[in-house]
Amino acid sequence: MLRLIARRALSGVAVVAGVLTLTFLLLHAAPGDPAEQILGPTATEEQLAAGRRALGLDRPLAVQYVSWLSRFGRGDWGTSLATGRPASAMLGRAWPATAKLILLSLLLSYGLGLVVAAIQAARQRTALDTGLSIASVTLVALPGYWLGLMLVAVFTYLLRLLPAFGAAGFDADELHGWARVVDSLRHLALPLATLTLIGIGAAARFARGAMLDALEQPFIVAARAKGLTPARVMRHHVLRHALIPIVTLLGLSLPALFSGAVFIEAVFAWPGVGRVLVEAVQARDYPIVMAATAVSATLVVVGNLAADLVAGFVDPRVRAREEVTA
Amino acid sequence: MSAALRDGRGRIGLVLLLLVVIAAIAAPLLTGGDPDTPRDVVAMRFLPPLSHDVHGAFHVLGTDRFGRDVWTRLAYGGRISLAVGFLSVLVSVALGTAIGAAAGWWRGWPATALTGFTDFALALPRVVLLLLLAALWRPNAALVILLLGATGWMPVARLVHAEVRSLAARPFVEGATSLGARSRRVLWRHVLPNALTPVTVAAALGVGNAILLEAGLSYLGLGVQPPTPSWGNMIASGRDTLVNAPWVATAPGVMLVMVVVGCTLLGDALRDVAGGRSSVIGRDGL
Repeated sequence: MLRLIARRALSGVAVVAGVLTLTFLLLHAAPGDPAEQILGPTATEEQLAAGRRALGLDRPLAVQYVSWLSRFGRGDWGTSLATGRPASAMLGRAWPATAKLILLSLLLSYGLGLVVAAIQAARQRTALDTGLSIASVTLVALPGYWLGLMLVAVFTYLLRLLPAFGAAGFDADELHGWARVVDSLRHLALPLATLTLIGIGAAARFARGAMLDALEQPFIVAARAKGLTPARVMRHHVLRHALIPIVTLLGLSLPALFSGAVFIEAVFAWPGVGRVLVEAVQARDYPIVMAATAVSATLVVVGNLAADLVAGFVDPRVRAREEVTA
Repeated sequence: MSAALRDGRGRIGLVLLLLVVIAAIAAPLLTGGDPDTPRDVVAMRFLPPLSHDVHGAFHVLGTDRFGRDVWTRLAYGGRISLAVGFLSVLVSVALGTAIGAAAGWWRGWPATALTGFTDFALALPRVVLLLLLAALWRPNAALVILLLGATGWMPVARLVHAEVRSLAARPFVEGATSLGARSRRVLWRHVLPNALTPVTVAAALGVGNAILLEAGLSYLGLGVQPPTPSWGNMIASGRDTLVNAPWVATAPGVMLVMVVVGCTLLGDALRDVAGGRSSVIGRDGL
């Protein structure tokens, strides 16, 4: 098991390093550079050259890459060209917000998706099954940025129930105890609902397939023949068996969830990594783009690693297979 | 394909897609006038759906803040969304098939390298890359197609790789080889045609995904630029008028959902016909 973790962690590090190298090269291959960004359109050629020299942009690409890498590795992520704040501070505040959104939505969408799928598997080929299938196909098809806007239109503008922007109200610092918790929950409601509604559709679609596969297994016939109640067969035999592919998908859906979060954070002005990334990309704020890319790649890699480990935990066969081939 | 249409889902999916495709192709016949140019803004802006303007023209989906007919823009915007969706999937299917087939058919270090490269590319955060590329190069529709194609081939390569590997052990391949067919000919004429069934499923799902991504980039202002209509930038402009004219943002979203549901249903039907298992090909979850 330890060797498995070590191997996966190593390949994860390789992916993050690869993403960063690719981003570095892309930023340097693109037209325009940070000197132009800082000095603005009125700068003369001499000023631009001086600016490039000051930023170290006149050195060979390989030298720039190595020096950037060593600074980055030591934790010196530079400062934002747009705001002058340190990149590490900006990302340090942003990543917990994104992680909170993604993890809560993952829990809720798989929890509710499994319930929907179990109902469908138990009531196969009935009108209820068809209706839920149509609902989940539609949910998966919803673009998050559009669903978010529609929820804002209904819950913020029409019903005036929930706030649509940010993670806390302007007066959050004045609030204490319970009022503060309520305030942050109210701000969480719409972005979380958007991400989760789409997630329920995806989870239910996949879990239904996994449960139908499980229902065809011989051990289900055996369990029924023993006289177990349908509910017990569902809980102890079908669900348990179906969990293996579902947990694997859990890891695979993390990059998708993160992508979803990028758009949803943009819609709701949620102060997370996705919003930092979108704003930095639009402003060509290179140090922030690099830092945000590093953090998002790491979040995805760590998520995949966690899913691998959980898959090994749920299914002893996975563990055994990995140990044989390792 | 014909077998997939005997499935109810396949039929509904195809009808949904055909409706949108016909609306987009026949846009000049079905709509009134130019989708881009503002008209008589003061008198014609923010007309609600199903209303007549001062000139007596009927606006089935209302008008936006420049007095442009939403239905006209929707139909013309569909041309871009659909073209980007279908063509970018064509690019990723071509790339993925080539890479997957090469990695699955031949042995040795190039095959290992291709497999490793596929796994690596699969782990890259696609949306992050797309955002970067789109922001750095301010792409037109053609470049968006290439970008989506170049970041979407990996699942296809995986599928083709697995299919080619399993087909290579089948008797008909040995038969073709025994008859003296060269390796490349066996791959091209005997193995690949049999390996492409799961690819059609992935392609059907991929079209919906690519259309959502294009709309997402346009929504963030990084895709198709206004005044040219695309469903993504129509949603973005409707965002600012959500309070007084919610129909502007609603209509393109409904079109997006129709197309993606159509692709998903068609993909499901194709997969069941092909006898595949429940798919793990997810979308990029926008």
